[in-house]
Amino acid sequence: MNLLWVPLLPLLGALVPLLTGRMSRNVCAWSTALLPACALIIVISLIPEVMAQQLPSVHYDWVPILGLSISFFMDGLGLLFCFLILGIGLLVILYARYYLSPTDNVGRFYSSLILFMSAMLGVVLSANLIQLWFFWELTSVSSFLLISFWSNKSDARKGARMALTVTGAGGLALLAGLLLIGQVVGTYDLQAVLASGDTLRDSALYPAIVILVLLGAFTKSAQFPFHFWLPHAMSAPTPVSAYLHSATMVKAGVFLLARFYPVLSHTELWFGIVSIVGLATLLVGAYSALFKHDLKGLLAYSTISHLGLITLLFGLDTDLAAIAAVFHIINHAVFKASLFMAAGIIDHESGSRDMRRLNGLFKYMPYTATLAMVAASSMAGVPLLNGFLSKEMLFTEALHQETLGSMSWLIPILVVVGGALAVAYSLRFIHDVFFNGEPINLPKTPHEPPRYMRVPVEILVVLCLLVGIFPQFIVGDLLLSVGHALMPNGVPYFSLSIWHGFNIPLLMSFIAVAGGMGLYYQRRHLFAFQSQFAEVDAKRVFEDSIQWLVTKAQFVQSFIDNGSFQRYAVWLVVAALFAMGVPLLNMPEAAGILPQTQVDPVIVIGAGLIIIGSIATTLMSHRRLLSLVMISIVGLVVSIAFAWFSAPDLALTQLSVEVATIILFLLALYFLPQKITHLHLSPSRVVRDLAIAVLAGAFVGTLCYAMLTHPMTSISDFFVANSKTGGGGTNIVNVILVDFRGFDTFGEITVLGIAALGIYKLLAGIRLFIPAADSDGRSWASEKNPLMLAQISQSLLPLALLVSAYIFLRGHNLPGGGFIAGLITAIALIQQYIAHGVGWMRDRGDLNFQWFIGGGLLIACLSGVGSWIFERPFLTSWFDYFSLPGVGKFELASAMVFDLGVYLTVIGATLSILANLGKLTTTDRPVRSAVKGGHL
Amino acid sequence: MMHLPILPILLPFIGAVVLMFPFFNERPVAQRQITLITLLLTLVASGWLLHDSLLFGPLPYALGDWRPPFGILLLADPLAAMMLVLTAVLAISVSLYAAAGDDQSGRFFHPLFLFQLLGINGAFLTADVFNLFVFFEILLIASYSLLIHGGGRQRTQAALHYVLYNLIGSAFFLIALAILYRVFGTLNLPDMAAKVGDLPSDILPLARAGGLLLLVVFGIKAALLPMHFWLPNTYAATSVPVAALFAIMTKVGVYSMWRFHTAVFGDDAGELSLLGMNWLWPMAILTIVVGSFGVLASRSLRWLAANIIAVSVGTLLLTVAMADVKATAAGVYYTVHSTLLSAALFLLAGLIQAQRGQAGDRFVRARPLLQPRLLGILFAVIAMALVGLPPFSGFIGKVFIMQAAAESGYIWRVWPAILISGLVTLIALSRAGTTLFWRTQGLPSENDNKVAHSSQIVGVSILALSAPLLVVFAGPLTDWSMLASEWLHQGVQLRDLSVGSK
Amino acid sequence: MELIYAIAVGVMVTCSVFLLLRGHTFTIVLGLTLLSYAVNLFLFASGGLSLNSAAILSDGGKYADPLPQALVLTAIVIGFAMTAFALILAIRARADLGNDQVDGKAIPGDVLGDKSVSADKRANS
Repeated sequence: MNLLWVPLLPLLGALVPLLTGRMSRNVCAWSTALLPACALIIVISLIPEVMAQQLPSVHYDWVPILGLSISFFMDGLGLLFCFLILGIGLLVILYARYYLSPTDNVGRFYSSLILFMSAMLGVVLSANLIQLWFFWELTSVSSFLLISFWSNKSDARKGARMALTVTGAGGLALLAGLLLIGQVVGTYDLQAVLASGDTLRDSALYPAIVILVLLGAFTKSAQFPFHFWLPHAMSAPTPVSAYLHSATMVKAGVFLLARFYPVLSHTELWFGIVSIVGLATLLVGAYSALFKHDLKGLLAYSTISHLGLITLLFGLDTDLAAIAAVFHIINHAVFKASLFMAAGIIDHESGSRDMRRLNGLFKYMPYTATLAMVAASSMAGVPLLNGFLSKEMLFTEALHQETLGSMSWLIPILVVVGGALAVAYSLRFIHDVFFNGEPINLPKTPHEPPRYMRVPVEILVVLCLLVGIFPQFIVGDLLLSVGHALMPNGVPYFSLSIWHGFNIPLLMSFIAVAGGMGLYYQRRHLFAFQSQFAEVDAKRVFEDSIQWLVTKAQFVQSFIDNGSFQRYAVWLVVAALFAMGVPLLNMPEAAGILPQTQVDPVIVIGAGLIIIGSIATTLMSHRRLLSLVMISIVGLVVSIAFAWFSAPDLALTQLSVEVATIILFLLALYFLPQKITHLHLSPSRVVRDLAIAVLAGAFVGTLCYAMLTHPMTSISDFFVANSKTGGGGTNIVNVILVDFRGFDTFGEITVLGIAALGIYKLLAGIRLFIPAADSDGRSWASEKNPLMLAQISQSLLPLALLVSAYIFLRGHNLPGGGFIAGLITAIALIQQYIAHGVGWMRDRGDLNFQWFIGGGLLIACLSGVGSWIFERPFLTSWFDYFSLPGVGKFELASAMVFDLGVYLTVIGATLSILANLGKLTTTDRPVRSAVKGGHL
Repeated sequence: MMHLPILPILLPFIGAVVLMFPFFNERPVAQRQITLITLLLTLVASGWLLHDSLLFGPLPYALGDWRPPFGILLLADPLAAMMLVLTAVLAISVSLYAAAGDDQSGRFFHPLFLFQLLGINGAFLTADVFNLFVFFEILLIASYSLLIHGGGRQRTQAALHYVLYNLIGSAFFLIALAILYRVFGTLNLPDMAAKVGDLPSDILPLARAGGLLLLVVFGIKAALLPMHFWLPNTYAATSVPVAALFAIMTKVGVYSMWRFHTAVFGDDAGELSLLGMNWLWPMAILTIVVGSFGVLASRSLRWLAANIIAVSVGTLLLTVAMADVKATAAGVYYTVHSTLLSAALFLLAGLIQAQRGQAGDRFVRARPLLQPRLLGILFAVIAMALVGLPPFSGFIGKVFIMQAAAESGYIWRVWPAILISGLVTLIALSRAGTTLFWRTQGLPSENDNKVAHSSQIVGVSILALSAPLLVVFAGPLTDWSMLASEWLHQGVQLRDLSVGSK
Repeated sequence: MELIYAIAVGVMVTCSVFLLLRGHTFTIVLGLTLLSYAVNLFLFASGGLSLNSAAILSDGGKYADPLPQALVLTAIVIGFAMTAFALILAIRARADLGNDQVDGKAIPGDVLGDKSVSADKRANS
């Protein structure tokens, strides 16, 4: 239970500074430190259990299906890292209190720092692979916030982005690796995974797993060739660097190596990759560190090199090497944190980090200088300091390994070279900064920092000494328990002591120190040599490559999508061609077994008309009026065809819709050019389109033929059977429309209504240029509303209404119904508009389509909801027969109410569409006043 | 409450029709109130449906009391119900956002908005092919009209392409539908699923043509390559709230694929099982690739959001192509996540756009925002969720899909696409964020009416809150997704449904 | 006869698709209308072709499959609404974009591209 609080307390603690940020520095700092301190106490209280191998753990279910649970456990490794994270974290909090300037937003700083802290704790304590990754990514995110703390600086932004991108990419690789592990082992429970090393090593996925996990680790701990992001993360405030690059962020990578060491290591692959990468990083880092003039730059590269060292140790095929690695994790954390803090102090009190200007600071800040020098010598590996011990162990192990087979002898030598370089840059750090003449025009005269700003450094330096002198006493047991975590089947004996007698490792140390001094003494030549190489700014390279990617992407984008409708349409049709064509090609024979009805002349003539009409429409598409006439012929024939194939309702509908459509087209032609005088058709385009069109026609035609000639069993018989008895109508189609599938009609009139609204929006506030004459220069007829037409249509109106009423009423039993009736009425009214002009109609009460449509839809809806009263579903119809004297027997059906709704909606929609468009042709446009600024 | 299943259709309908009457023409407040009330009622109904369907399995509703397969059948199974709830939540936040004034930049916003909702809900609920067509047309015509809301040349241009394109699509839909009717002799989906197993072999090619054509039609809605062209232009051109609402539209296409190509042409469809999936694989992956290029290429936040939607659709289609229970479940969870958060990104883009003066939402140095902290936090949350970074919802969906892929042996087809597109999105969004919020010059505009309206903030926040909530309640949510997926795959037997007395 | 019917449908589709791929909005809408005719015939055919059979219930006699008829009827109505919207959108487009090109870009030499307007379709360019 307690264990849960270790990551949880800091997580809650992340809120504290946000609250106390406004208050005084001290309050904010102490309140921030409070919860992590409690967490640390809990950790200490857990030590006995861990030492006794009674690993404390907690488990709660979270997402069972994904095998993701909230579960933590603490083994030696976790314990060690908790110490580092919390201990150094607290020191950093104290240090930052003095480092940050009054202008900085302390609350935000502490909050992200603590967030990062809890994320790290989550990583090191996780007992579930996915949860581990969860916290792993959290560290990336929170470190992004920390690095970009001074967000107004371009460096900070770029550095943070780079870190996030690199570690984020690594994180994705890690996720893949962990999921693969889960697949192989069959669980995401870490302890179970740690117990099944052989299963993993034997599985075919092992290489993939190793590479992916290592990618995660290497990117995080800045291993070559992913090391470039780390130096640029230095644009963060120094406390952040002290924390991220000593004890936490980068250590998360090596933690991962340690975590999976028991299950993934002990293979050629592992040792090969890890040792070589580590070695390379060690050397590259150490070498580059030597040439950095920026104090933090030097420390950054030395960090890279030391992480390489640790990685190398994990890559050596001896158990003791792993122990040494863990030991060095501790040591590096301690001395590197103190060094960063010292660098921060120097920066803070002298205003510069440039070692070419920082000289002879010893007499200005002797105390800090002493501390820094001790820490630096520990970094160099000087005896009596902790750095020395782990380096000794490295040398020892370097001698006793066969990692690289016959080339293994290289490792000790290169390691010594690395050691020498380390000595060299440590020397430079000490000598350049604290001695070597006088400071050169620093912004301010250096002086000792405030008392408590030094305390963290002091504590760490003391630790360096203590560990250096009494290693066994201070860290012996800790290392042992970590050893248990790394080597489940037995930790080899190891002794931490300063003196192992005169032996080769000691000799190697001497060589390293001597060589390092030599290097530093001869540095001029080295610098001269190095200056021949052009300085590469990783940040610019990175940004440029991203920019390159973006431009390429933009190129591809504009190449694929040229914004032309023709291309879109072509792709769509082609896709459809594939969908229809491929099955057809695999169809042996289009014709089915159905007997085909014999040809009769009417059909031939009809088909002929349709074909000619369609082709004519296409050919004359540039003479628009003509093409309109042609297409109306096609529509006409289609409606006749419906009639011919015993579908009178369809025929009527098609006919009435045809009329409305043509009126619409004519009105549209008034605003659109009537003629295209200049046809710009590139021949290739025509060929392409023709090919596509012909294929489309061929496929659809074939499908149609296949459909017609294959037998089917349909649900339709049910409709025929129940139309009268169940639906109360003899006109099956109409009964289907208003009863069996009334819901479709319900939707259909909704569409009409919406269309009316949409078209209203389209026409509102439209800025038209109305042609004074048609394309041939003939001006429009002067007499707008010819008298004849006016008289006739006026006298026709009542008749039309009568007809529509009749059509409506008979609809249920004979061809007709609400829709057709509605259209007839609408067209009759439209005719009045045409005949008399809009003004005349308005004087006689302009129909407000909103009422018609809304009313119609509402009636239809209510007629459907009405059936709820009878505990029946929506749109359940009811009908009965009555007889009145005189009238005789007649039927009343709820479906008629529904049909009435249809009728009204159709009138409203059609009128609003045609009338509003028609009004545009006249002086009074649709209510623009209702709409502000020509909005739609 | 036997009428529950139809309420998500009727409530918006009534609301919309009421709002159509002239009485409301000049009464914005009344319009907003009615819309909000309608939406809340719809949410309640949908939530209730979800609860019941999870408890008792699919809820059928036979319109006109005609027994299936003869009448039109609505089927509210857990999947449909989840989509309904999702849509309702989305609609509420969007309408809140629009209530800040966008809804008055033209007439009939509210009725059209509700009609749009009606169409979407209908498409989710219906178990009848032709009825699905009708609802598609409803949601299309509504979307046409909403798309041009607010006016402007850009919108007219985008609308022109979008409308004509979809009209072609509708024609194909009818062709496919006709073929399917001829083949199956029914329009009812469960009925088709029952019959698909034993179709006469000589008619199978027809069935294939119909099914594949349907895949194309749904591909248009889902913006599947090569039918994806309409998406970025449309989303980037239309008004902010509409774009956010459209976030659900692509999902309608995917949902329909589940209904047909997962359920009807499913495992036990004999010859026709997994129809078209061998085509969907490459196309889905290509959709992700092209979308990722778009993500990198984006020059403005809304453009970026549109391309992120394209990528998410591609990801979703991968789960469709995998076509097993866990994959579909992963898809369902991912749908909820990506819909809510890409919508959130659109709305947020609107707020940012308003505060950066001339620069709008383009990725250039501009004046600082008026509310950098508030909008910054919202952006961080939404962006992390969309990238798939913990602690927000994206990572659950990602892990879910990757696991499903691993278990059905599709690691090599799925993982690279998802991981790489994730990285690309990370790069793009981190660049976008740092530029929009930190790369500033000059002073924020004094113009205070640019400050985000409280209702806008609420709207965005509701959506952004889903990022953590979907993680906290990931346990039950994933369970429901599994249940929904199982119901989809196993389907229902018409004879088991006790509806339709006529 | 089925063959002739199919051929007619095929030709209509061919012509309409060709019209769809042209550059002028009016032409495209024309193509859409033609396509909808063809599609309606296609949908109608899904019920099979039956000459002189009853559509109205009467004693005895064979009936044409009524379901496709109902579907086609709905399709016609919806098609009408859609065509209307598309047409008027085309008018709007000409008003806003200054020409009747579907891409809003006036073609040089096209007398109708009154003022040559380049549709800035991308929000960001």
